[in-house]
Amino acid sequence: MKIILYIIQKEFKQIFRNKAMLPLIFVLPLIQLIILSNAATFEIKNIKFSFVDYDHSSFSRELIDKFKASTYFNIVDSFSSEKIASSEMLKGNVDVILEIPQYFERDLLKDKKTSLAVIINAIDGAAAGVENVYINQIIQNFNKNVSANLLQPNNKQYLPKSIVSIPSFWYNKTLNYKTFMVPGILVLLVTMITLFLSGMNIVREKEIGTLEQINVTPVKKYQFIIGKLFPFWVLGLLLLTIGLIIAKLLFNIPIVGSILLLYTYTSVYILVILGIGLFISNFTDTQQQAMFIAWFFVVIFILMSGLFTPIESMPQWAQYLTEFNPIKYFVEIIRMVMLKGSSFTDIAPLFIKTIVYAIIMNGLAVWSYKKTT
Amino acid sequence: MKRFIGFIKKEFYHIFRDKRSLFILFGMPIAQVMLFGFAITNEINNVNIAILDKSKGATTQEIINKISASKYFSNQQFISNEAEIESVFKKGKVKAVLVFEKDFSKKLTKNKLATVQIITDATDPNTANTVTNYVSSILQKYQQQINKEIKIPYQIAPESRMVYNPELKSVFMFVPGVMTIILMLVSAMMTSISITREKEMGTMEILLVSPIKPFQVIIGKVFPYIFLSIINAIVIILLSIFIFKMPIEGNLFLLGFESILFIINALSLGILISTISDTQQTAMMISLMGLMLPVILLSGFIFPITSMPVPLQIISHIIPAKWFIVILKGIMLKGVGLILVWKETLILVAMTVFFIVLSIKKYKIRLE
Repeated sequence: MKIILYIIQKEFKQIFRNKAMLPLIFVLPLIQLIILSNAATFEIKNIKFSFVDYDHSSFSRELIDKFKASTYFNIVDSFSSEKIASSEMLKGNVDVILEIPQYFERDLLKDKKTSLAVIINAIDGAAAGVENVYINQIIQNFNKNVSANLLQPNNKQYLPKSIVSIPSFWYNKTLNYKTFMVPGILVLLVTMITLFLSGMNIVREKEIGTLEQINVTPVKKYQFIIGKLFPFWVLGLLLLTIGLIIAKLLFNIPIVGSILLLYTYTSVYILVILGIGLFISNFTDTQQQAMFIAWFFVVIFILMSGLFTPIESMPQWAQYLTEFNPIKYFVEIIRMVMLKGSSFTDIAPLFIKTIVYAIIMNGLAVWSYKKTT
Repeated sequence: MKRFIGFIKKEFYHIFRDKRSLFILFGMPIAQVMLFGFAITNEINNVNIAILDKSKGATTQEIINKISASKYFSNQQFISNEAEIESVFKKGKVKAVLVFEKDFSKKLTKNKLATVQIITDATDPNTANTVTNYVSSILQKYQQQINKEIKIPYQIAPESRMVYNPELKSVFMFVPGVMTIILMLVSAMMTSISITREKEMGTMEILLVSPIKPFQVIIGKVFPYIFLSIINAIVIILLSIFIFKMPIEGNLFLLGFESILFIINALSLGILISTISDTQQTAMMISLMGLMLPVILLSGFIFPITSMPVPLQIISHIIPAKWFIVILKGIMLKGVGLILVWKETLILVAMTVFFIVLSIKKYKIRLE
């Protein structure tokens, strides 16, 4: 025990002695938490809207006014022809072109129907889908008004049956994105810091040659490993604490559930990450290799964690793969506990998997550590 | 010059002798592109829902069938009272609960008005919103179907045309983004760490007292990585063409030129990082912790930049990846030529020059 304490002391000293590292460990992640949480939104607004009005009628102007009044669209310009509008879209200056054909008003009054062309830049398919919904809603409303104004009042008996849907948004009434993203980004930062630091730490001793020296000392391997990894475990929890404070004070993120549960889970979770870090260290010879491997997994873990894009939408095989993704578990749990107040029994299945993961990873790490040295 | 070539040769040997690193360098991007191209999508489908049907009539059954037939929803489960809503949400599997009011069908025929409550787990605002829209549109279609006999006059039919990506494939959005992330991070990491490594090991001093000039040392170090990154870029482009059927509407040479420009940009950023850090660990933390999230979040790779708050839109201008993604999408999907991306290209060139000048300056200071 005493030996472990000495090693821990030494490791802490080493971390804190390197003045360049401290801001990188604490300041950089937290600045990112503060800044980048504002960037992550799928809300589609400020759509660059343009129109080509071949009709110049009171109806066409009225319709365009509806778009002007909408908060989603920024009217960029009106163009005299579709061709000019298209070339502006090619340059990236407009996202949506509404083309009102000639005789729009005349046809609507005479034939009781008419059509419109809507051209949408669909490189971001999901955004294009949303834009299409917005546009259709505006046109439909306009349409309803028109028919209500023009219809004879004696048609009332033909009132259509209608189903009204009442949406209610639980746990996040205002659909605030930051509520969703801040906890997730905090998870990423805790994970990245602990993984990168632990992954590089032991391989560094290998690269410099000091690991051999330690191996000939009476320090036992398990003492050495615990002593090495403990400081990073503390750093991870410290980072979580500061992050939670920022989330609460700066972003006003609700913390509905039990903080204790969150910390209990996090302390197990960091063990998984440290196990992975140690495992990577064992299989690499240089810090460069360790870093590449850590980076490889982190990018995959991040993008397949359900943090930015939904896991349910992934193909089945990819969903199975996410079972091995620790970040997925943590992201899910921190959101459940913080925002919904899920209890231990709610998260138990995920918690147990994390514990098993921690045991397997650390088991493998210790086993491979013995093997290679 | 001969000495310089010899030095470059040595650097090449160094890299190619390390089989494991090479395997990682080439294997990783391939695995990542494949994984992301097939797996990542920002569409929302297969959402699990729960249904609380207080009416239990033929009409509600018909609506429920329509909903479960849609590809957006899967695994519906039935619950029997309001109290269960909270518990299914807390377990986290169900994203939405539909509540049909009592006597739904009766009200629909008699009062011509019935209500459905769509309760969503809005911790994820995007899913909540989209699910609400999906259900509403299914309901609307059903409504049209039951109102067939009533003709609504005065119809405006909008015809939407999706250009540049008519099938709304999300892979077209993600391939350029993944390519950018990989090139940016691999290139920046490689150079940032390779020079600090010599510093940390103490071999940099030996190099500096040798007759090779300092800038030659840098170029010699970077050169093999330019080569490696270009091969990486080629592999990624080939994968996107042949596996993901990504169209290359524009000029392939222009695409190649822009990719090389971006690689040099990332490598020079790596050198800048290496001049300001003394240990590999510092260099790694700067290039990984400092670059990864900003590149993913502020480049327009996943999240639309135009929806961000204005200060962040301004910050996104200094992320080289943002400009490269615009260029990539322009060339690959829109088929634009240099005339339409000259501005972005110029910005990348300017940034590259800036990085190089700054690192030369920093580098000289260190030598004094």
